[in-house]
Order: sequence, then C-alpha cells, then structure tokens
Amino acid sequence: MKRRKFTLNERWQNVLLLIFMALWNLAFFIFGWWKGSWYIGLGMDFAIIVILLEHLGRHIPAKKQPLYERALSIGFPILLLLAWELLVRGGVLKALWFPPPSQIVRAIWDLSVTYEKFTQTSLLGRPWLIPSAFRAEGWAGVRALMAESHVLATLMRVLAGFLLGSIPGLILGAFMGMNRTVRVMLDPVISAVYVVPKITILPLMMLIFSPFGETYKIVTVAIAAFFLVLINTMTGVRDIDPVYLEAGRNYGASGSKLFWHVIIPGALPVIFAGLRLALGTALIVIVAVEFVRAKKGVGYITWYYWEVMQTHNMYAGLVVTMILGVLLTLSLQWIQRLVMPWQREERPAVAEVAEG
Amino acid sequence: MSTKIIARNVTKIFPSPQGTVIAIQNFNLEVQEGEFLCIVGPSGCGKSTFLRLLAGLIPQTSGEIEIYPSPDAPPGKPLNNIVFQEYAIFPWKTVIDNVAFGLQMRGVPKKERYEIAMEWIRKVGLCRFARSYPHQLSGGMKQRVSIARAFANDPEVLLMDEPLGALDAQTRTVLQTELLRIWEEDKKTVVYVTHSIEEAVLMGDRIALMTAHPGTNKAFFDVKFPRPRELRLTSTPEFGELTYAIWESLQSEVQRAMEEQLG
Repeated sequence: MKRRKFTLNERWQNVLLLIFMALWNLAFFIFGWWKGSWYIGLGMDFAIIVILLEHLGRHIPAKKQPLYERALSIGFPILLLLAWELLVRGGVLKALWFPPPSQIVRAIWDLSVTYEKFTQTSLLGRPWLIPSAFRAEGWAGVRALMAESHVLATLMRVLAGFLLGSIPGLILGAFMGMNRTVRVMLDPVISAVYVVPKITILPLMMLIFSPFGETYKIVTVAIAAFFLVLINTMTGVRDIDPVYLEAGRNYGASGSKLFWHVIIPGALPVIFAGLRLALGTALIVIVAVEFVRAKKGVGYITWYYWEVMQTHNMYAGLVVTMILGVLLTLSLQWIQRLVMPWQREERPAVAEVAEG
Repeated sequence: MSTKIIARNVTKIFPSPQGTVIAIQNFNLEVQEGEFLCIVGPSGCGKSTFLRLLAGLIPQTSGEIEIYPSPDAPPGKPLNNIVFQEYAIFPWKTVIDNVAFGLQMRGVPKKERYEIAMEWIRKVGLCRFARSYPHQLSGGMKQRVSIARAFANDPEVLLMDEPLGALDAQTRTVLQTELLRIWEEDKKTVVYVTHSIEEAVLMGDRIALMTAHPGTNKAFFDVKFPRPRELRLTSTPEFGELTYAIWESLQSEVQRAMEEQLG
C-alpha cells in the first residue's frame, strides 16, 4: 500500500519539478539573469534533470538498463554542446573565447578542404585527391599530398617517437626488472632523470641533432616515452607473483622459455599501463614541440591561429588533437586486447544485481 | 618396494641482514615408491620450505636430498612437480595450455601434449572449460587445473603444498575424494604438506609430524586404513582415535608456535 502511494507522490514530484524548471528558466530569461548568473541557472537545471532522470531510471526494466545508461552517456554531452551553442548565440559566453560548436565544426571542415598556398599545407592532406595525384605522378604525387597534412605530420612524429622510445624502454626495463645488480646501479640515475620534464631537453636535442627537420622532434618524444615504458616494464617484471616463477621453473621453464612464457605475459598488464602513459605523454610533448618549432602539425596550427586571433580555427586544432589522442588510445587498447586475450573480461552481471 | 626419496639431516638457514633464521634443522625423511606421505606441522614450521628443497627450487644449507628415478623411466621424465597452495596456474594461458605447460616445456609436440592434457582435464571434470582462461573459473576449478597440470607432466614424485588449503570446507571435501580417486589409479609417490590432521589421515599412508620453528622430526604415524578410501572413513571411531592421537602429539608444538608468534 505504502509503496503505491509513494509512486503517486513521485509522479507529482516530477510534474512539479518540470513546472518549476520551466518557470525558473523563464524568469532567468525575462529578467536577463542569464547574462550575469548563467552558472546558477545551468546548475539548477542540471540538478533538476538529474533528479528527473533518476526517477525515470527506476522505471526502466533491468534488461534495458544498459541501453538507458548508454543513452544518458551519449545524450548528456550532446546536451552540453547544445547549451554551449545557445549560450554563445544568446550572447552570454564570449564568442571570441568560446566559439560555438557549430562554428568549430565548420572550421574543421574548412581547414580540411582548403589548401594553404602560402605554407603549402592542409589539415588532412586532401585524401580525395589521392587517386588523381596517383594517376598524374604515381607514388610521388601521393607522397606530396601526405606531406602537406598537419595531422599526418603530428601522427608520424608521435608514432616514430613512441616506437623509438618504447622498444629500448621495454628491453632495458625487462633487464632491470630481472637483474638486481643492474637495477641497483641504474635506479638512482633513472629516477633522477625521470623527474626532468622532457620538453626541457628540446634545446639540447636541437644542439645534438640539427635544429631543422624531424629528427630532434622525434628524439624528444622518444626520450619522454622511453622513461615511462622503462619504469613500468621494470615494475611489471618485478611485481610478478613469485609463485608463477616457481611454477615456471618447477615445470621445466628456464632462460628464454621462462622469459616468454612467464615473465613477459606476467608483466604485460603493467607494461601496457606504461605504454598508455607514454602515448599520452608523447602527444603532450609533440604538441609542445610544435608550439615552439614547427611549420606543420596540429600543435602548430593551434598556436598559429591563436597568433592571428582566429579562435574558431584554434579550437579546430584543439579538437583535432583530441580526436588524434582518442584514436591513438583506442588503437593501443585494441592491440592490448589482441596481445592479452585472457583479459577480455565480460562484465559480471552479479555486481549489477548486488548494487541494485 | 624401493626407496624413492631420501632426505638426511636437512638444514635450511635463511641469511638476512637482520641475522640468520633457521627454518629447518636436521630433518630426516624416507619415502617409499608409491607411498602417499603427509607432512603435518604447526604453521610456520618450515614444511613448505622443505617441499621447495625437495623440488630443488631452493638449495639446502646442509644435508642430503635425493629423489631416485625409476629404472625404466623414459628420458626427460621430470623428477618432481608441485601443486602449489595458491592458484599458481598461469592466468595468461587457457586451461588446456596450463595443463600442457610442463609437456610444452619438455618439447612434446602440440598434438600429443593436447591429447594428454585433454585426458587429464577430463579426469578432473573440466572438459567444458578446456579453452577457458583461469579468471573464468572458480577457486575449486582452478585448483583442479593445478592438479591436472602436475599429473599430466607425469613426474617421478608429486609434491603438494597444501593444495586444498585455500578452498572453502565443502569444496575441499569434494576435491579430497577426487584427488584420492585420481591418485589411486596409478599410485604415484606423493609428498603432501597440510596443516589439517583429518586430511592427512584420510589421504596418507604415513604421516610425518614436524616440530614448531625450527622444523625437525617430531614423530611418524602409520595410517593403516584399507584403500580405496572414501569419505565414509572419517565417520569411523578408528579415524577419530588416530586423529586425536596425532593431535595430542602435535598440540605442544602448536602451543609453542603460537607463543613464539606472540613473542
């Protein structure tokens, strides 16, 4: 009986909340409060929406619950973008600081389809021209197109630096994890160098390699990646449960068999954590390098359009960097799932039930 | 019947910067071919350490340990394999690859080792899970895999380090009888470390009691119950009498171990 009464109450609550939200927004609109206190208005709207959706969520059957949550996690960002758009159009947010999402999308599109004659660059390298360029000039034409791309320039630097740093980091890290003497000797050196922000070695890299071209940029990224991979690999190898090593040896594994069948797979989770960190850091470092010394790359365009005060284009650079980061992280996750099939965990349904 | 394992005056001292720790002192043991020997002692008495000495995973400080291979043993037959207390099966290998691991390390071709592994997986009742990864299995199933891995490698002696110690009481009882059934098929020599007297009496032919720290010989008990044994044995008065007799002998050591832990 009581339960039923409560649901009735809840329904009225919802109706009241909706009316309240409408009045609230109307009041903000009429009295012009949006301009000064937009955050209060938005905050209240957000709170009411959360309450309403919580109520709604209780009536969704358990089977549909994942779908409902997915709808929320996709729907809310869209709502945010919409709010942003409206706030700028209503003159609440400064368009110079926060150009509306539609304008940023437009800017990305424009940057993609236009070719900057002066700098001889385009955002993506105009991939739709590849067939005709190939017909006209063969592979040289395709290479020329790829060479004009900001995104590809950054991607190549990140990947080259990441690989150049990760592979030695993996090898030395595994070695340090297994050999106590090497570890004791190298640990203080590595710990000391590790805390140096890697971007500060850029001048040194320009001195050692030429200050022109790609080498010093890639090496700077590589060094940043190297230390993260090294330290995580070392930790991963050291933290393997000794019982696995004992079992491995007791069942006849030694030397390289022990290494490939026990040590490496045992350390892989931590190694991949290190690779993820290294990839993120590589992206930070390359953008910083491109800020100061590059005529190509997503970091360069972000910086350049700040200099010429075209904020929507600056945002385009930012968003493209973000997308690049997401794609790189997803690729690494995909590789991780391939390499470590035993970690492909289905989410236990029990936990969901226990929570509810 | 021939002697399979001899351990004479085995001493193990662990050196450390804080000083040396004597884990085992002058321990003696002789195990016959086909014997199921249980080692029982208070916790921290060094019984797991002794098993690792037997396995050759760590060297003894002094004394002799010898495992004699059978004269007709095929080349490459391993001397010993351990069933560990924790779930020491590899999480990165499927059940069948775990069971076939020892064979793989010995270079047995894939088809042959999978056949052998599959047979043992069938014996421990995990057919449906041959291609599963350990994280998909329960604790009892993981330990079945661990047992199958040891049997599949067909060593001269099996060393078991509290193999059922981490399981809940009901699962443990089920696995005790299963282990007995599997073992009685070919009566391989077993050294079985446990802290449960009931388990030792149910499974063993002979029980070696160890003293508290440092571990050394306390007493031996013969368990003369006929085989094949079943769980029903635990309800007989003879079982209770023997269990209690062993407990009386062990009691003072357990007391000493607890006092030592309190300092």
